[in-house]
Amino acid sequence: MERELRLMKGNEAVAEAAIRAGVDGYFGYPITPQSEIIEYLMEADPAKTTGMVVVQAESEVAAINMVYGGAGCGKKVMTTSSSPGISLKQEGITYIAGAELPCVIVNVVRGGPGLGTIQPAQSDYFQAVKGGGHGDYHLIVLAPASVQEMADFVGLGFDLAFKYRNPVMILSDGAIGQMMEKVWLDPPRERSKEIPEWATTGKTADRKRNIITSLELDPFRQEVFNRKLVEKYDAIRENEVRFEEYLCEDAEYLLVAYGTSARVCQKAVQLAREQGIKAGLLRPITLFPFPTKRISELAGQLKMALAVEMSAGQMVEDVQLSINGKIPVHYYGRMGGMVPTPDEVVENLKERIIGG
Amino acid sequence: MTEEILIAGFGGQGVLSMGMIMAYSGMLQDMEVSWMPSYGPEMRGGTANVIVILSNERISSPIIRHFDTVIILNQQSLDKFEQAVKPGGVLIYDSNGISRHPERKDISVYRIDATEEAIKMNSPKTFNMIVLGGFLRIKPVLTMEDVVAGLKKSLPERYHKMIPENERSLKRGGEIIREINKV
Repeated sequence: MERELRLMKGNEAVAEAAIRAGVDGYFGYPITPQSEIIEYLMEADPAKTTGMVVVQAESEVAAINMVYGGAGCGKKVMTTSSSPGISLKQEGITYIAGAELPCVIVNVVRGGPGLGTIQPAQSDYFQAVKGGGHGDYHLIVLAPASVQEMADFVGLGFDLAFKYRNPVMILSDGAIGQMMEKVWLDPPRERSKEIPEWATTGKTADRKRNIITSLELDPFRQEVFNRKLVEKYDAIRENEVRFEEYLCEDAEYLLVAYGTSARVCQKAVQLAREQGIKAGLLRPITLFPFPTKRISELAGQLKMALAVEMSAGQMVEDVQLSINGKIPVHYYGRMGGMVPTPDEVVENLKERIIGG
Repeated sequence: MTEEILIAGFGGQGVLSMGMIMAYSGMLQDMEVSWMPSYGPEMRGGTANVIVILSNERISSPIIRHFDTVIILNQQSLDKFEQAVKPGGVLIYDSNGISRHPERKDISVYRIDATEEAIKMNSPKTFNMIVLGGFLRIKPVLTMEDVVAGLKKSLPERYHKMIPENERSLKRGGEIIREINKV
C-alpha cells in the first residue's frame, strides 16, 4: 500500500498514526489542547479493525499506570495529555523509566505554571528533558515542528522505546496540535504478535519468571542498576541525536529553536539574510539527546547564538552548555501562550548584535 | 505566492469550515497549506476565527498577526481585526449588523452583503460560500474547480447533494461583492 495524503490537525495525526503504527493500547484523559487525540480514537474505534484498545481512564494517574501495566506485558502502549495532566503522570513516568519499559507519552504543551493557559507554550522543556519525576533517569524526547512530524514520531517513538526499553516523550505544543496541515500517512503496520523476552506474560515451563519492578533495597545492586542506566543514556546520546540545519554553512549568528519556535525562526533567518545578516537555524529534533556536539562544532564559525523558545529560557541552558563559553549565548522568547513573530526575533537579534 | 488570510465572525457562521475548504482546495492545487483555529473559551457563543495560509513555499509560523486578507463577518471582529490588515492589503466584510464601517484608507475594502443574499437565495447554510466566492473574485488564488473538489473532500458524503447549492452560492458571491475603497 502507498502513503496517503490527508489534511489533518496535529492531534488527529497522532491518533491516526497510532492506529497505523500497530499500537496495542491507548489510555488517556481529555485536556485542552489535545482532546482531539482521544476523540479521534474513540470515533475511529480501532478495536474493530486492528484490535487496538482505547480507554478513557478515570484520571491521568490511572492512564499512566495502565500504560505501565500494558508496557510490562510487552505491548505497544501510549498516553497523551497537556502540561497539567503530564505533571500528574510524573510518578508513573519515573516508575516506567525505573522499570525500563517502552512506551510513548505525548505532551501537547500549554502555558503554565499551574492551570496556566490553554494556548501554546514550550515551558515544559525542563520537565521533559531534565527529569519531571524523581531519580536519575532520562526520557528520549522528540520535538515535532509540523503535523507531518506529529504523525512520523509516533512510529519512530515506538521504535526507539523498544530499542532502548525506555519511555519516549513527544514534546509538542498547542499550535502544532491544533493546526491543520498536509500529512503523508504511512500504510498500516500489523500489530506485533511477538512477546519480548522480558515481558511479564507468556511464561513457559522452561523459562525463568520475569519480574518488573523499580524497587531494589540493596544499595550496591541499585548502584549497579543506575550504572546500567547511565550506559544506556550514553548509548542514546551517541546514536540518536537528530537535528535539522537551515543555512548554517556560512552562518555567523545561529538561532537555536525547536517545534513552533523553529518555524518562526526559519522565517526570521530569511528576513535577517535579506538585511545582510548571516543567520542560520539549528533545529533540535531530539531534545534528549541534545545536539550538543554539532552546536559546539558550529561555535567555531559563529559570533553569537540566540535560543528562541516559548518559555522564560529553558533550552538556552543546554545551548550554553554546548557552546561552553566560546561565544555569547542569548535567549529570546514569549510566554503565557504568545507565539513570537519572525520580525520580533530579527529585531531582538539585531539588538544583540549592536549590543555585542 | 503566499496568501495569509484571517477569517473572523460569530461561532456558527461557518468561519472554520470556510477556512477548511480553502485549505483542502489549496492542498489539491499542490500548495502548502496551514489552518490554525482560535481555540478556547472565546469560541463559546463569542467570536470564532481561523488563520489560513496558502503558499508555494514551506509555511513558517501558523500563528501570525498581520494578514494579506482579512474577512470580517461581525462588528466585534471588525473592531478587533481592522488593524491586522497589512498596509495595501484587503479587507472584505459583510455589512449585516455593522454599525461602524471600516475606516482605514491604506487598504482595499470590499463589502459583500452575504447574510442578506443567503436569505434571498433561501440558502442560509451556504452563507459562507457566498463570502468565499466574493473573496475568490478579489483574490483568485484558488480555482473554482479545486474549491468544488475541496468541498467534496471536506463535506461528509451525506451532504454531497448540497454541492450544487454551494456552487451557486460561490458564483453569486463573485457577482455581489462591491468595491468600497481601492489602494
